[in-house]
Amino acid sequence: MRQWAWAIVWGLMSGSAMAQVGVLNLYSARHYPTDEALYSDFSKATGIKINRVDSDDAGILARLKSEGSASPADVILLVDAARLWKGEVDGLFMPVQSKILDSAVPAQLRAKPTDAGGSAWFGLSTRARVVVYDKLKVARQEVDTYEKLAEPQNKGRLCIRSGSHPYNLSLFGAMTEHLGAAKTELWLKGLVENMARSPKGGDTDQIKAVASGECAVAVTNTYYLARLMRSSNPADKALAERVGVVFPNQSSWGTHINVAGGAVARFSKNTDNALKFLEYLVSPEAQNHFANGNNEWPVVQGLKLDNPALKAMTGGSFKSELIPISAVGMNQVKVQQMLDRVGFK
Amino acid sequence: MMRLFLPLSRFSLWIVTFLLAMPVLTVLLSWLQWNGVSAQILWALSQSVLPDYVRTSVLLCVGVSLGVISIGVVSAALVTLFEFPFRRTLEWALLLPLAMPAYVVAYAYTDFLQYSGLAQNTLRDWTGLQGRLLPEVRSVWGAMCVFSLVLYPYVYLLVRAAMAERAHHLMEAARLLGAPLQRRIVSVALPLARPAIAAGTALALMETLADFGVASYFGVQTFTAGIYKAWLVMDNRIAAAQLATGLLLAVTVLVSLEQRAQSRLRFATGRSNTQSTEARAHTLKGWHGLLAFGLCFVPVLLGFVLPVLLLCRALLESVQSMHVPWVRFMHWSLNSILLGGVTALLAVGLALWLSSQARFSGTALTRGLLRTVGLGYAVPGAVIVVGLLLPLGWLQSVWPQSGAGYWLTATVLGLVWAYLVRFVAVALQSVGSGYARIPSTLDESARLLGVSGWRLVTTVHAPLLRKPVAVALLLVLVDVMKELPATLVLRPFNTDTLAVMAYQLARDERLGEAALPSLALVVAGLLPVILLSRTLGREK
Repeated sequence: MRQWAWAIVWGLMSGSAMAQVGVLNLYSARHYPTDEALYSDFSKATGIKINRVDSDDAGILARLKSEGSASPADVILLVDAARLWKGEVDGLFMPVQSKILDSAVPAQLRAKPTDAGGSAWFGLSTRARVVVYDKLKVARQEVDTYEKLAEPQNKGRLCIRSGSHPYNLSLFGAMTEHLGAAKTELWLKGLVENMARSPKGGDTDQIKAVASGECAVAVTNTYYLARLMRSSNPADKALAERVGVVFPNQSSWGTHINVAGGAVARFSKNTDNALKFLEYLVSPEAQNHFANGNNEWPVVQGLKLDNPALKAMTGGSFKSELIPISAVGMNQVKVQQMLDRVGFK
Repeated sequence: MMRLFLPLSRFSLWIVTFLLAMPVLTVLLSWLQWNGVSAQILWALSQSVLPDYVRTSVLLCVGVSLGVISIGVVSAALVTLFEFPFRRTLEWALLLPLAMPAYVVAYAYTDFLQYSGLAQNTLRDWTGLQGRLLPEVRSVWGAMCVFSLVLYPYVYLLVRAAMAERAHHLMEAARLLGAPLQRRIVSVALPLARPAIAAGTALALMETLADFGVASYFGVQTFTAGIYKAWLVMDNRIAAAQLATGLLLAVTVLVSLEQRAQSRLRFATGRSNTQSTEARAHTLKGWHGLLAFGLCFVPVLLGFVLPVLLLCRALLESVQSMHVPWVRFMHWSLNSILLGGVTALLAVGLALWLSSQARFSGTALTRGLLRTVGLGYAVPGAVIVVGLLLPLGWLQSVWPQSGAGYWLTATVLGLVWAYLVRFVAVALQSVGSGYARIPSTLDESARLLGVSGWRLVTTVHAPLLRKPVAVALLLVLVDVMKELPATLVLRPFNTDTLAVMAYQLARDERLGEAALPSLALVVAGLLPVILLSRTLGREK
């Protein structure tokens, strides 16, 4: 009986991931099936095996905190700037120096260098938070800034996902930076008053809601729209064709962009592999994968972008906002409490 | 042998109980860590959204109670008291929704019924009407319907058993005394079923409160959503744990309600040894028979048949427009089965050991400890996760060499631990009732023949417990396969399961791809339901 019990315990342990040569332990919030190719290409090229857990950003950070110095994680991939910042200030990442990363990733898309010169995290791709609208009911200039979404002309028109979702928390955190807290709370109140329905579903659901006439205006991340535009399912394509898209605030501070990025875990035991992996993620192949596989914008400048959907949306290029990511991150709790006060679910 | 066996066992009994009760203890102890930040967060929450969360949770519970009671009682009364077309088939078919994870039903109906879904688009095409034609699925009302449809079998099962055992001859007696049918039902059959109704409803409400998948997909702001917000958005685990005490309190009330009702149920059924030989009270013909059939068929249709068909449709569509990840699907299934299998073995082993302890030294203390372990089933997975992560994170920070943080998540230990906290109770129920049927004289004879302690358990009890053990294994296996919140946060590397993938794909708005793991979960869930309906059939 006892031997049998030990056999079970041993069986459980043997699947575990210790520090080993040729292994990389990855916590990823990138929940996109297309990323499989990214990981397998890396393994093929380097012989390094990737062990992976997918969860959402907050779950990963909570888990890292509890694991403390015993954490097996080597690389953390998150899909939200505010969470990257949170991981940095909570000391969950190991600042690293790499010529390749420093030259590939623009300074505003990575963590501020520490005194020793390393950065705690690096942006790998960006996505814009844009407005889609019903071309029959709404004039483009009625929704060409984020501020206008809260104006009375859009009453009963707006669909947006839950305010507590990281993508919205970051957008609202950025707005707080642009407008100040008091004005932002009023703006949020205006959004709530303009809603066609209480927030539910994800970004694709909001696009569907516009295309089917449930609402006239919605907020979405660009890659969800691009995914519909490039879908092999004709019904999806039809949805995307029915809506217009605006990159807001082109004549003021620019469209809000969110950063997906990566970091070496503070207690990584395979640091070399971790760094190799991050450097691989800014290589032209990997960056091209972000652009083509998952419809994101690469962070590396000067790459030729051949994603027809992204091109069609922007008509080439667009102005994106430039604010320190730390500011967006610091506003998160404040924003959530504003949302709770104005009744933004 | 026996003398050494007992104190040692009692010591390990304490340890096991402590390990299984630790998440709950953590939640209670979080109040000792009162600090300014968590107080500020709790205060802000209570000033803004917390009252709403409580209201939503209460509303949901009231709605689900009404739903499960009306569906469960009506269908149970019909199949036990009347004869009508397809009654025998419906008798077991009414159990089928038990196989559906509530979140899977939620995915299926949302895709079908939402504004941009098939139902409303077709209706608009047919009628030429514009705008919203059906109420919003993703709402408290939608959640009520989903839970009612999936959870009514608890009430149905218990009420049916209570009525089948007692109602016939009492109804017969009332009939001979001249009571009309209506009165026989209202004042004989229903009062008989009252403890069963209470127990079944309490079980359904525990599942509702423990839910994570449906509320998060529907965006229904329940109390559990508040716990998540405090934990993950506000990043304050202490405040989250403090909020969780509120939920624990509600659950404790439900558990005691259920236990009281169940004990009355046992009393009620304990005396009825005589099988009723009376014919069924009433044969419903024509119109009435059709109505009875309809009332029993609709729950099966809405709770099982329709969602399964909708998922199959989504799956077929996705097969046509993209490739289905069959190889990865095999991995998910294998992980689900492995995790479920290992947990089931451990849970049943623990349950056997715990019940044998209770049998050898039936002190009030042992029974109290057992009851504490039994509470675990009612504790929401989210609370268990916070309750495990908090103390282990603390242990890791004060004693870094222990590697506590590593064992918790880099191996399956943490996850299996969380599963055991929830599901040992399930195994305990089955094994415990099996034990109760073995006469204690058997133990005494065995001891006279020199067999005692663990050997008594393995050589005498185990062969007699084969059936309850098998049932317990199956129930735990399926419960683990369906479990979501703990699996999401605690699973180690490369262990995506069916439940996790169904959830993540549905969240990522890829419902076609989510259909495959969802249907696999339904198939797995069917196994214990079939077993259950077969046992029920044999009892008759």
